[in-house]
Amino acid sequence: MSSETGKILTTDGIPLEESLKQSEKKNKIKAFLLVAPLLLFLIITYMIPIGDMFSRSIDDKMVTNMLPKTYKAMENWDGKELPPEEVFEAFYLDYKILVNNKTAGKLQTQLNYEKNGFKSVLKKLARKQKKFEEGNYKEQIMKVHKRWRNVEYWRAIKRRAPSYTYSKYLKGIDMYSNEDGKIVQVSEDRRIHRILWIRTVEVAFFVTLFCFLMAYPIAHLLATLPMKYSNLLMICVLLPFWTSLLVRTASWMILLQQQGIVNDFFVWIGLVADDNRPEMMYNKTGTYVAMTQILLPFMVLPLYSVMKTISPSLMRAGKSLGATPATAFFKVYFPLTIPGIGAGCLLVFILAIGYYITPALVGGASGTLISNQIAYHMKSTLDWSFASAMGLMLLTGVLVIYWIYNKLVGVDNIKLG
Amino acid sequence: MSKKEDFVKFDKVDKSYDGKVLVVKDLNLDIKEGEFVTMLGPSGSGKTTCLMMLAGFETPTNGEIYLDKNPISNIPPHKRGIGMVFQNYALFPHMTVFENLAFPLKVRKMSQVDIEKKVDKALSMVSLGGFANRMPGQLSGGQQQRVAVARALVFDPSVVLMDEPLGALDKNLRESMQYEIKHIHESIGVTVVYVTHDQGEALTMSNRIAVFNDGKVQQLSSPDKLYEEPVNSFVAEFIGENNTFGGEVSEISSGTCRVKLEKGEIIANPISVKSVGEKTTVSIRPERALINPKDKMDNNQKGKIEEVIYHGDHTRVRLNLLGNSEFILKVPNSSQNLDIKLGNEINIGWNSHDARALDLK
Repeated sequence: MSSETGKILTTDGIPLEESLKQSEKKNKIKAFLLVAPLLLFLIITYMIPIGDMFSRSIDDKMVTNMLPKTYKAMENWDGKELPPEEVFEAFYLDYKILVNNKTAGKLQTQLNYEKNGFKSVLKKLARKQKKFEEGNYKEQIMKVHKRWRNVEYWRAIKRRAPSYTYSKYLKGIDMYSNEDGKIVQVSEDRRIHRILWIRTVEVAFFVTLFCFLMAYPIAHLLATLPMKYSNLLMICVLLPFWTSLLVRTASWMILLQQQGIVNDFFVWIGLVADDNRPEMMYNKTGTYVAMTQILLPFMVLPLYSVMKTISPSLMRAGKSLGATPATAFFKVYFPLTIPGIGAGCLLVFILAIGYYITPALVGGASGTLISNQIAYHMKSTLDWSFASAMGLMLLTGVLVIYWIYNKLVGVDNIKLG
Repeated sequence: MSKKEDFVKFDKVDKSYDGKVLVVKDLNLDIKEGEFVTMLGPSGSGKTTCLMMLAGFETPTNGEIYLDKNPISNIPPHKRGIGMVFQNYALFPHMTVFENLAFPLKVRKMSQVDIEKKVDKALSMVSLGGFANRMPGQLSGGQQQRVAVARALVFDPSVVLMDEPLGALDKNLRESMQYEIKHIHESIGVTVVYVTHDQGEALTMSNRIAVFNDGKVQQLSSPDKLYEEPVNSFVAEFIGENNTFGGEVSEISSGTCRVKLEKGEIIANPISVKSVGEKTTVSIRPERALINPKDKMDNNQKGKIEEVIYHGDHTRVRLNLLGNSEFILKVPNSSQNLDIKLGNEINIGWNSHDARALDLK
């Protein structure tokens, strides 16, 4: 065959290469159209809400929009001494509009967050400003309350100038930026979020550990039993999985309460005294027990699917080569199950870290997790921007764990089936 | 070093999995030190079970297995010091070739220097010198099998068991691996117990072959004896090709007997028949029957050619002879011009010695 035959043509005279490219392109468009609904669904239900959460969590335009003239005048003020007359004038004009529109209350609340005692000062100004004369606003405002002479209050206003803030994120880890703009911890008795974060990670970690310890033998049994028994056992594993989450949590409440079945049984066998029944619910114990049971299938299934692929002859080979059964297990079998362990642990940990219903129902005060706090801010305090900030922090945490896992084990090594 | 007789000994071994059916029945087998013994049989004949009992993964229901005169039924597999090559290689997929080979040495707590020396030696034995750092998944089937062989030998076991190790390889590779394993066996003199259902493999490699059927050893002898002198019709049927005639002994004397068929009569060699009137199956190897024999032969028959298949080096001819329409002949491809054409009648002759009157099928 000669290499100089030139381009290969199709029957209709188009070069074959081009013709192939065209048909490839058609296939690509078809493939894209097939995944397009999913992509659209993901963007609408996942990407957009996350973007909205993010903008909500850093949004701080309210104060900025309420004091437009003031912030314009403040641009040249260095914040070391009291601001010049223009700032006082601009603030007076902005504030007057707010008072007339009856929206001054919001500003009072917001500025009071920045500096305690601001509210009363502003309220007094609202009452007095009607009698103000034109000109020399600095003098007039300072006369209303002596705190207006304190540069701290003006700095507090200036701090709210940017329309974006990360203060919600600081609040999420019990920190705030103080009057000097330094980031410091809140006083010790108010550090509730950090406790929750630590507890969430701790509960997720131990639930993952318990799930692993319980699921490994189950999965091994499932993978090695003859088909007819393993199917039955598989149904036993999956049956709770098919039951409503709420029903399962409620049944744990029946089991674990002080007058519940488990306690009755303990009393009956004489393990505990009737008047000294242990509290197994509305604390961490309840959260651990219920969550471990609920998340167990998520550990069993990936482990099982990986163990199923391990040939039994490998263990035999290990033994025939002189390894004791224990050595053969730890050197041969166990390393081969690591992809399953990785997948199961990651799955259970990520599910546990954002778990909501179970801790809410059986957790009590000492067993609730960060997700319950997020729900509290969504439903009760209506501080959605704080809830968004904490939700994003949780999401970031999960991504970080995924990243660490990828570095340590490699995501390619995850096997779900 | 004198080779020990009955180095591995199965003594009246029975095995039953469910307590109802015996998969191995009253097995007696002696294997000399350094011998290459193959257990050959169809699937379900109990050969793999025997191997697993020897390896220690199954325990005999009755009887005892001796290794170098010591009973081993109560010794767990990892203390038996028997190397094993598995059908699906059973290489550890998460370890490199080096680590796979080092595994049996590490569990024996050898020093790193010795381990490296031994692994190198074993790898060069199977000519895989440069492959120490590969993962098993990066090797071809044949290479993986060689690693498995090297791993079973690296810790100098006294006995190596091979459970259909070449089953997953293609034909050419299987043949070259047969020779390779045979040469390795010859050079290091280890005792090998080999299980296969491929008779060609068994005939090529073994010193002795134990033909299994129905949980029993049908015949234990060297490959040539097994082929030339099968002791019963199962072995005759299972090893190589075979033309059979069912009939009844009509006359018997020392060395020959007459077998009366439905149509005609054969002079045969009485192997399992003792008296007149016994039913028998007469077995003749295709290559022992000649076309138009020049010399006088004990049996001379006319047959009609029903099928001719060209095989290159020989031609297979199917004849209708003495009422048997499945009579096969192998005609070597030579310059001799024979009149082999469909429908022709030809003369066939064979010696009574080659017509073995065996038990009834």
